[in-house]
Amino acid sequence: MTTIPCPDAILSRPRYGVLGLRPGSGHLMVADGDGASALIDVLVDKSALATTHIIYVPGANGVDLAVQLQEMGPAQFVRCPSFAAALPRLQKVLACAHMGVQIYAAGSEGLMGQVQREAVAAGLPHTAVQMEHRGSLARRVQCVHCKGITENVVHDPFQCGHCGLNLFVRDHYSRRIAAFQGVNIDAEDPGLVPASKVRFA
Amino acid sequence: MSVGAPKIPVRVAQVVQVNDLIKRFRFVRRDGGVMPSFSGGAHVVVEMDIQGVRRLNPYSLMSDPADRTGYEISVRRDDAGRGGSLHLHNAVVVGDDMMISPPVNLFALDLRARKHLMIAGGIGITPYLAQMAQLSSQRGTFELHYAARNAGLCAYGSDLVARYGRAARLYFDDLGQSMDLPRLLANQPLGTHLYVCGPKPMIAWVLGAARAAGWPDGAVHSEEFLAPPPGKVFNVTLAASGKTVSVGTHQSLLEAIEAAGVDAPYLCRGGACGECETRVLACDGRLMHNDHWLTDAQKAAGVSMMPCVSRFEGASLVLDR
Repeated sequence: MTTIPCPDAILSRPRYGVLGLRPGSGHLMVADGDGASALIDVLVDKSALATTHIIYVPGANGVDLAVQLQEMGPAQFVRCPSFAAALPRLQKVLACAHMGVQIYAAGSEGLMGQVQREAVAAGLPHTAVQMEHRGSLARRVQCVHCKGITENVVHDPFQCGHCGLNLFVRDHYSRRIAAFQGVNIDAEDPGLVPASKVRFA
Repeated sequence: MSVGAPKIPVRVAQVVQVNDLIKRFRFVRRDGGVMPSFSGGAHVVVEMDIQGVRRLNPYSLMSDPADRTGYEISVRRDDAGRGGSLHLHNAVVVGDDMMISPPVNLFALDLRARKHLMIAGGIGITPYLAQMAQLSSQRGTFELHYAARNAGLCAYGSDLVARYGRAARLYFDDLGQSMDLPRLLANQPLGTHLYVCGPKPMIAWVLGAARAAGWPDGAVHSEEFLAPPPGKVFNVTLAASGKTVSVGTHQSLLEAIEAAGVDAPYLCRGGACGECETRVLACDGRLMHNDHWLTDAQKAAGVSMMPCVSRFEGASLVLDR
């Protein structure tokens, strides 16, 4: 499990736990990158394999544990090149699911947030999704000025790929758009930008 | 002191005997005005003066939330109870003046749900009557499963079937009919919320089945009003107001505090809402927690209690009130 210190003052900042197998009619597991290892830990208990459906996306940092994950023997396994490519499948599975299905998400915050957002869009309470943070600290960030979303942000501050503003990555988080907030850092003194550092490796 | 808006002076406009055990009461404002709006699942606290003893009982509003001209409640007569329902059944008639609290909703529909699955037992049907009226005007999807001892005691059952068709299913104990709950819970589309209101064993049964079937807690809702249980007489010292009060066998701690002239906060008076939570400053004896509000850990810690339903046995109790 990846643990990150987060100030209690920012209530919107998500907190993650450790995945645990729960009773249910089916088990939908979605992971990216190192999140695969969290699923493997859960699937050591083989009782749910026959009703487990795994959607896996290799990490943006190159981590690909698809083979190891598939070897666990889930009933259904699919490797998608990106979350965007996995989304139609995830939405279809949720649309056809019944209450009682358990949803697990593991890996980067961007992936977990987007799985949670889709589950909520399908009518589940946001607390119904189990999440475990593994591996990359990269963030999905929305520019509060142009609303453009940048995936896998590791630098802070960084330049918005949509409008070009220099953005400071805040801990404020939106569950609805599954992204952290990026706010212009040199609005008052244009050009006065602190050196960019890798903060979310 | 109920929190929020002032009490509503009402007149009893109609009393209907629904079946052997249940009477329906309609309240309208004495000043002829409209009632505050409410949402399905809300209750009011009805004030009664029973031979000098003040009783305040919560009852779910069952009338259509769109009807602002009055409120209706259905009251099941409890011959072994503390006398509130008996008073309403035997002494309250059309034209009587009464006081009720503004509506409070502790059993609201989660309107983000794709579908509402409602389980009712006996008089537990009342909040659903308002919720179904509300949902049908909003074109919400719902399904009611309503169990009663027999057809005669299944209040409003036939009306519901006539109005909502297959969305209302009835089960009668005397015919050996029972809900196939595991099957029912397994066949609900994602995004369904589950509601249960009825006797204590039914609530426990439904909550247990939902957990076993993998339903998330956030999609499961229940409501049960507790009547304050009787118990041994005890004394309580109220530190903030400097009074010592004796609590009678059939009196709740909250009622005793009020009878002593101390204006304590409350909302539901049934151990559900948390409004009356009171700090325990000293306790030499045993707190008897009867509420649904405090967690087991909080109950064990004994730092606070809910005077609406909880009691005390022992040498001395000091509350911050």
